Amino acid sequence: MTTIDTARLVAMFARIATAMSADRDRLCALDGVIGDADHGIAMELGFSAARDAVAALDVGATDPTTLLNTAAKSFLNAVGASSGPLYATALMRGAAAVKGKTTLDDADVVALFQAMAKGIQDRGKAEPGEKTMIDAWAPAAQAAGEALASGKDLAGSLEAAAQAAKAGAEATKAMVATKGRASRLGERSLGHMDPGAASAVTVIEALRAALTD
Amino acid sequence: MQTKKIINDGNRAVDEMLEGILAAHPRHLKSVDGSPRSIIARDGPRQGKVGLVIGGGSGHEPSFLGFVGKGLADAAAIGNVFASPPPDPILECAKAVSGGAGVLFMYGNYAGDVMNFDMAAEMAAMDDIEVRTVLSTDDVASAPRDQRQKRRGVAGNFFIFKAAGAACDRMLSFDECERIAGKANDHTFTMGVALSPCSLPQTRRPNFEIGPDEMEIGMGIHGEPGIAREKLKTADEITDEMLDRILGEMAPTRGDKVAVLVNSLGSTPLMELYIMNRRVKQRLDDIGVSIHASWVGNYCTSLEMAGASITLHQLDGELQTMLDHPCDCAMFRAG
Repeated sequence: MTTIDTARLVAMFARIATAMSADRDRLCALDGVIGDADHGIAMELGFSAARDAVAALDVGATDPTTLLNTAAKSFLNAVGASSGPLYATALMRGAAAVKGKTTLDDADVVALFQAMAKGIQDRGKAEPGEKTMIDAWAPAAQAAGEALASGKDLAGSLEAAAQAAKAGAEATKAMVATKGRASRLGERSLGHMDPGAASAVTVIEALRAALTD
Repeated sequence: MQTKKIINDGNRAVDEMLEGILAAHPRHLKSVDGSPRSIIARDGPRQGKVGLVIGGGSGHEPSFLGFVGKGLADAAAIGNVFASPPPDPILECAKAVSGGAGVLFMYGNYAGDVMNFDMAAEMAAMDDIEVRTVLSTDDVASAPRDQRQKRRGVAGNFFIFKAAGAACDRMLSFDECERIAGKANDHTFTMGVALSPCSLPQTRRPNFEIGPDEMEIGMGIHGEPGIAREKLKTADEITDEMLDRILGEMAPTRGDKVAVLVNSLGSTPLMELYIMNRRVKQRLDDIGVSIHASWVGNYCTSLEMAGASITLHQLDGELQTMLDHPCDCAMFRAG
């Protein structure tokens, strides 16, 4: 059984921010094909702001809920755009899911992860199959829950989530966008991976690595 | 290869631009104390008047903050380049311009803007400020006619905000301001064409690819692909292609009046815009539609994108009154 404390969550945000910086230009290029080419910039900016905000907290005196809410607010205020409300809502829902806990066990982390996915889906009003970040987040959340229920530990559960996210993002290539900027493209969005799904894979993989490596 | 820009630091570009704008227009604009991305009119908000808050991403200058001033918008919330502002600066704008009669939020219909402005509206409600929203959806290219509510809001914002701003300035009721704003949107039709890409200050790389002899019809103002990639044609042919779609929807009859906007997407010069405007006039003359007023220049840009958009705003007596109502903004004056 893993125990995730506040300091580990601070390190998680640092890891996600580093991954986003490394991925920025690829995401902008993906977005340029079907949208406005700024998705990588927004994701880098948002997670850098979240990393800096949580790094400034006193980890000894901060519970996971407060940390996640701090990250949410700083992400939103740094970014706006579409990713701001979506990831801020994800982090706030995650915060609510672990309210009252001082450390997180395997089931808590999976509950947090699933609440994040649900938050994104609720805020964006997107359903799977519409070529959005939900096509990575929804299967990832489901896979994490199923893996945990089948007796896997946190590492196994988040590994299943990361694999499902990757497959989900890959599947967006065959979808026609009906939400967001790409939705006006119709058939022309076919063949291209959704940038929001692509960045979700990066977030989920960095989260997995930070919490289980 | 990186594109050339006169900037210091891509991440500081928006804030440094705002410093420059406030330095240039101190009689018209100021920022809200403690919220530098909330720009308000020095002479706009007043008691009993419906407040008008507009906004969106940067990179479209003079949209949006150029239309902040007496008789037009009371405030603009400023986002990062091509990105909606977050809820906080929008909320600060709403608080700053609330005169007790309600606050109207108006912006182009993009998913990110809708989420952020809606969150700000919920936060404003907690402060007892009633907010209503009218989205602009003037971009004919961005969805079929029967799905008008899905369309993007682009350069036609100019006319839509103008009508709403006039209604607010004339101290009309919240219901009337909202009705007129929606009506102005319904009577506004825009089509764009792009010849070359823009590039974001942070990446300085072209944000889409287009051949040296190609144009993209129906391009979005953030470089979103349009509806057709074609060989570059003559000004008259391009203008005709755009007008055919606009007029097909507007369906004017002989004797109708319109206002015209021929807008540069950033790097297309006035010479080319006036050549297009000449053709617009010829075409409207041919079908017996008169031009009440024309604007030609930079109104809703996309950084250094080459290309242009044409907007027609179909007038009736009421919309003409709103259009003719005087306004005095930092980057636009009328009446």
